[in-house]
Amino acid sequence: MSLILDHVNYVYGGDTELAVRALKDINLVIPDGQFIGLIGHTGSGKSTLVQHLNGLMKPTSGSIFFNGEDVHDEDYDKKKLRSKVGLVFQYPEHQLFEIDVFSDVCYGPKNLGLEQKEVELRAYAALKQVGLEDEFFYQSPFDLSGGQKRRVAIAGVLAMKPDILILDEPTAGLDPKGRDEILDQIAKLHKETGITVILVSHSMEDVAKYVERIIVMNKGAVLYDDVPKEVFKHYKELEQVGLAAPQVTYIMQALKEKGLPVNTEVTTIPEAKDEILRVLLS
Amino acid sequence: MGIIKTSKLVFEYIRRDEEGNVEGITRAVDEVDIDVKQGDFVAILGHNGSGKSTLAKHINAILYPTEGTVWVDGMDTTDEKRLWDIRQNAGMVFQNPDNQIIGQVVEEDVGFGPENMGVPTAEIWERVEESLKAVGMYEFRKHSPNKLSGGQKQRVSIAGVIAMHPKCIILDEPTAMLDPNGRKEVIRAVRALNAAEGITVVLITHYMEEIIHADKVFVMDKGKVAMEGTPREIFSQVEHLKELRLDVPQVTLLAHELKKSGVKLPDGILSKEELIEALIKR
Repeated sequence: MSLILDHVNYVYGGDTELAVRALKDINLVIPDGQFIGLIGHTGSGKSTLVQHLNGLMKPTSGSIFFNGEDVHDEDYDKKKLRSKVGLVFQYPEHQLFEIDVFSDVCYGPKNLGLEQKEVELRAYAALKQVGLEDEFFYQSPFDLSGGQKRRVAIAGVLAMKPDILILDEPTAGLDPKGRDEILDQIAKLHKETGITVILVSHSMEDVAKYVERIIVMNKGAVLYDDVPKEVFKHYKELEQVGLAAPQVTYIMQALKEKGLPVNTEVTTIPEAKDEILRVLLS
Repeated sequence: MGIIKTSKLVFEYIRRDEEGNVEGITRAVDEVDIDVKQGDFVAILGHNGSGKSTLAKHINAILYPTEGTVWVDGMDTTDEKRLWDIRQNAGMVFQNPDNQIIGQVVEEDVGFGPENMGVPTAEIWERVEESLKAVGMYEFRKHSPNKLSGGQKQRVSIAGVIAMHPKCIILDEPTAMLDPNGRKEVIRAVRALNAAEGITVVLITHYMEEIIHADKVFVMDKGKVAMEGTPREIFSQVEHLKELRLDVPQVTLLAHELKKSGVKLPDGILSKEELIEALIKR
């Protein structure tokens, strides 16, 4: 079970003078069960890339293989691909429409043609996976808070039982607690079910805290693809492409420059605390 | 009286079910008294649903108080005759840059406000020029807004507001949809306006790092002002902020964690430099 992108290119406005190469020779392997962060400044090609992963966009050249099958073969079942690669768009709560939370989550699996009982079981399980309490199930989704609405929208995708869950900035506009709650829930889901998660984010701190692999996009190409520590070593290059390292990494850099012999490969607060304590006590 | 003052401001809205029957009344803003001095940089924090945006919308008379009074530059916002003066004096910038840009060309978009005020053409061009220079977007004046990055679009929105020569500018989560670079650009522009032009700034945000230079911080909870003080006073109360679903800057959190582990550090460290100095001095 894996998703492979082989020399994928995408060009907007093909034969015209305005042609833009939005993706340039992308080669990626997304194996089962990874928690991946996808970062890049606005316009770097992140959204174009994720829309290729579930077949919403077709590469101008190159191929995408899901479990060994070319997803753009004529007889390939695209509907199955879209249920297996679930994409949660930015501000997904804008897509809620049903009269109550439960019906909204049922909408996806119902359209897969499943039996009513199976649909409801999946909806229930999905709402539990995002940590929504039973008391909200029969409320209008529009009466919920921003963070709750967003969880309902994520549950709607989870109810399709995807193997890969892609979230495009799931925390934009949420308060700090809401951010932590959603990301903790996703991390828990990843740990318990082994689902592959691709998190598109503008927060370097969140990416450093949760993911095991980071893909950095710049100008339509993959700039870095490595574990967080390795990627954030290139903080100067990241700044040049509109990104940054997590703030604690800068603190550690500055401490080292001032003569405190700390390891600068630190990217999260608990690590920074332990590292500073280690140096202070030694 | 400051440039913005509220006295026992209450805002209630009526919730209705699908048939239009009254279900109940929600008090979104509950007896809020704030007083903002001319030229101050004020931040409003609060979790989703705490009432901060509702409060902000009173400042330029998008909403009117259910009870209490709001004055902008001495004008009561319920005074219909002064409505345009109030809106011109208190300009607002919203979260999504794509929802507030209307012009085909950057300079036309910025000129829209003063044009509607009946400013003579020659002066409109002067204002457009100075506004775009103030936010560092002058070189993009002939560009189409569509082709700009999120941070650039937001700076054009801000230029559009300052071209109306307001005394204060209210920004409701202007960086929520931006990448790290875009966030930096916008905050730098807002701070420059405040420092160089003396425009009063009210900044609503979920990013704690953005407000460490503010003169004053108000923290909203359940429609009330729950905390009020300088950034240092507010961010010293890490646990209280967490109860209010908020956070502190990463540097402050790291200092707090180190203190809990027994490292002697002063309270309310706000910047990387302060933390480093305190650690080196030990």
